[in-house]
Amino acid sequence: MSTRGGIAAATGTEALTTELPVGRSTGWWGMVMFVATEATLFACLLGSYFYLRFQHGGSWPPGDISKPKLLVPLVMTGVLLPSSLPVVWAEHGIRKGQRWRLRAGLAATLVMGATFLILQASEYADKLREFTITTNAYGSLFFVITGFHGLHVLVGLTMISWLLAASLRGGSFGAHRHDRVRNAAIYWHFVDVVWAAILFTIYLSPRL
Amino acid sequence: MSTTAAPAPGASRQDLTLLEEHWGERPSLRSWFSTVDHKRIGRRYLVTAGLFFFLAGVSALTMRTQLARPESRLLSPQEYNQLFTMHGTAMIFLFATPMLFGFGNFLVPLMIGSRDMAFPKLNAFGYWVFLLAGLFMWVSLPFGAAPNAGWFAYVPLTERVNTPGLHLDVYSLGLLFLGIATTAASINFIVTALKLRAPGMSLNRVPLFVWAIVATAFMVIFALPALNLDNAMLFLDRRFGTHFFDPGAAGNVLLWQHLFWIFGHPDVYIIVMPALGIVSAVLPAFTRRGVVGYPLIVLAIVTIAIISFGVWVHHMFATGLPRLSYSFFSAASSIITIPSGIQIFAWLATMALGRLVLKVPLLYLIGFIVTFVLGGFTGAMFALTAFDQQVTDSYFVVAHFHYVLIGGAVFPMLAGIYYWLPKITGRMYHEGLGRWAFWLVFAGMHVTFFPMHLYGLFGMPRRVYTYRSEPGWDAWNLVSTIGSYLLAIGLLLVLIGVVHAIRRGRPAPPDPWGGDSLEWSTESPPKPYNFPVLPEVHSLHPTWDEPSRESMGAGATEDRILAEGRRTLFTSELDGRRERVVEMPEASLQPLVLALALLVFFTTMLFAWYPVAIAAVVVVAATIGVWLWPPRRPERELGVST
Repeated sequence: MSTRGGIAAATGTEALTTELPVGRSTGWWGMVMFVATEATLFACLLGSYFYLRFQHGGSWPPGDISKPKLLVPLVMTGVLLPSSLPVVWAEHGIRKGQRWRLRAGLAATLVMGATFLILQASEYADKLREFTITTNAYGSLFFVITGFHGLHVLVGLTMISWLLAASLRGGSFGAHRHDRVRNAAIYWHFVDVVWAAILFTIYLSPRL
Repeated sequence: MSTTAAPAPGASRQDLTLLEEHWGERPSLRSWFSTVDHKRIGRRYLVTAGLFFFLAGVSALTMRTQLARPESRLLSPQEYNQLFTMHGTAMIFLFATPMLFGFGNFLVPLMIGSRDMAFPKLNAFGYWVFLLAGLFMWVSLPFGAAPNAGWFAYVPLTERVNTPGLHLDVYSLGLLFLGIATTAASINFIVTALKLRAPGMSLNRVPLFVWAIVATAFMVIFALPALNLDNAMLFLDRRFGTHFFDPGAAGNVLLWQHLFWIFGHPDVYIIVMPALGIVSAVLPAFTRRGVVGYPLIVLAIVTIAIISFGVWVHHMFATGLPRLSYSFFSAASSIITIPSGIQIFAWLATMALGRLVLKVPLLYLIGFIVTFVLGGFTGAMFALTAFDQQVTDSYFVVAHFHYVLIGGAVFPMLAGIYYWLPKITGRMYHEGLGRWAFWLVFAGMHVTFFPMHLYGLFGMPRRVYTYRSEPGWDAWNLVSTIGSYLLAIGLLLVLIGVVHAIRRGRPAPPDPWGGDSLEWSTESPPKPYNFPVLPEVHSLHPTWDEPSRESMGAGATEDRILAEGRRTLFTSELDGRRERVVEMPEASLQPLVLALALLVFFTTMLFAWYPVAIAAVVVVAATIGVWLWPPRRPERELGVST
């Protein structure tokens, strides 16, 4: 098993004799299509936010609700967006057969994702004092959009824990078998990127 | 009849025994619930969608009976509301798409020369979810709790203050539940068509039916989320007091309509597109030539799939949106007729240049062209905003979309049923009975729906449970009702024809029509492994060309027989070059367990037993976790460095 990247890894004798010509797997395509349909769902959700906002006219947020404060959401962003890096690092590790990198990377992401959810809970506790899901359409949008994303983070964390459990058992992943790692990574990156769109829509756009 | 005998299988007797051992299923109760064979699942889709078609059809007959004369008291307004809502909802969501996906499930792997779908267990899961979601919605009817606000469920009528009770919760939860099946099947079709095509089947040799199914699947991927979100918001508004559609609290009622039609117009093509694919698949066998203009038809399919996302506002011309947007959507709605026209002319040219074999499937195709073009003609009229505003919500609209959907979807489906019946059941149908059925269906359809244009123009609104005698609609309504009975008798004859074929039909040869695509190279019905030797495709019409046929005959190499295990081939996405051999999953009960857990979830959400719903979610997560748990492999095989 080659432990070094670069051209030699792909053209060395070992690679030429063991590597099979392999395109994208069905699992990869399946996950990409799933993410595509999920991304469309978020697009509709954020589109609904702007539709209701511009149809409403007047001040936004409506009623007595103040413009959202930025400190906590920016810290949440600072925790969630970089959490993709350990996944990338872990995935590159297992491609070279380094199981310790897979385990360490997944564990790091797990911690960062969980921190995000804890911060979100404190953000909710703060907001709920001001408005709830039933206050008006703004409240409904705020909690449904962020809640739906939080649910995705939870699903993503479940996938990461599941991968971690499978990799701790041994006999699961290696240089030749890591489809599941790659597919879960795609999902996690998606959950991250969507957060950037939500940060812009919910927290930044009312200040524009 | 057959122009080509099935080639002697190139696999040895020993290979065939091995293949049978790995792919065959002993009939047992367990295998009935655990099967992942795409042919069995496809048949089930067809039968289940047929059952829902029957229920929705009986609803329609009841309504037509009520409307046969003015001021009839057969149905109460409440019952009538539930019947027309369930009729529309079931025809669109529980019959049309699942029926066509049933054809797709049965045919796509056969047409592309594979042994199963890309995700066989997901396929089984999709079927169970479809079945359970359909029952979930239909069961509400005898309890008087069925959806009752029309198949597009406009707010504010559907908000809780205006429609209390479970009706609309059944609607929103039922469609969310069903959406899981539709999305799963769509992803499966796309991946199957991309990765499992036989070696040599480059994109320009993919059968038109498969193109149509894949384009449809892409539309589902990008259109269905809008409907799902709409229904989720409706449920939240009704159950948990959110205000998405409440203008009194910064919400907006038109949000529902926008999201609904962003899904709804592509959905028209989601229904019609695969049916048009059936037309392109059936035509070559009965004109004895390939369909004219293959690249143009493929381009038309792709173009329609894209433009269909830009026409939704033509369902909302009467809502008072800005004029400028009307102009845009009016233009887009006119432009989308061009690719549809290209397909129609390509089929006409195929018929003109070919040698017609006038059997039942071709009769339905001709019926399709006549009816669909008439429906398209009234459709082009709606693209003119001024005309649309005159006739909206009248029976003229009802006439239009029944011409489009019966003409554009049901006729091709019926053509497909007769055409593939020998392949699916291994039996031939009775030609005379089939002709009687065709003429009754064709005449019944036009006698029912043509007068609706007239009394629509005379001002009769749709969705009224009865009417007075004064406006002079009585006679035409009676004609429509008589027509609907003719149509029902015709469809009954189709059913009798199918049952007769299964019971008494003479055994079908592998290729009774001299068809051009790969399913006709398999036995009728196909073996569980489909192809003893996976074919090598050399042209767009592999069953008609010598090298492709010979590739399945004697002298085939072991790397296309793959008898040692449950295996099939992956090829490259664009060129169909051989990539590798893959192991396919075995039969499993997990798909059924997962679908049942989801049923528990949606049922408990309906009745607000939330703790049980949470428990169901845990079961769902656990089942998926077990389903995808990696098998333990030796370190060497995995490639682990320590």
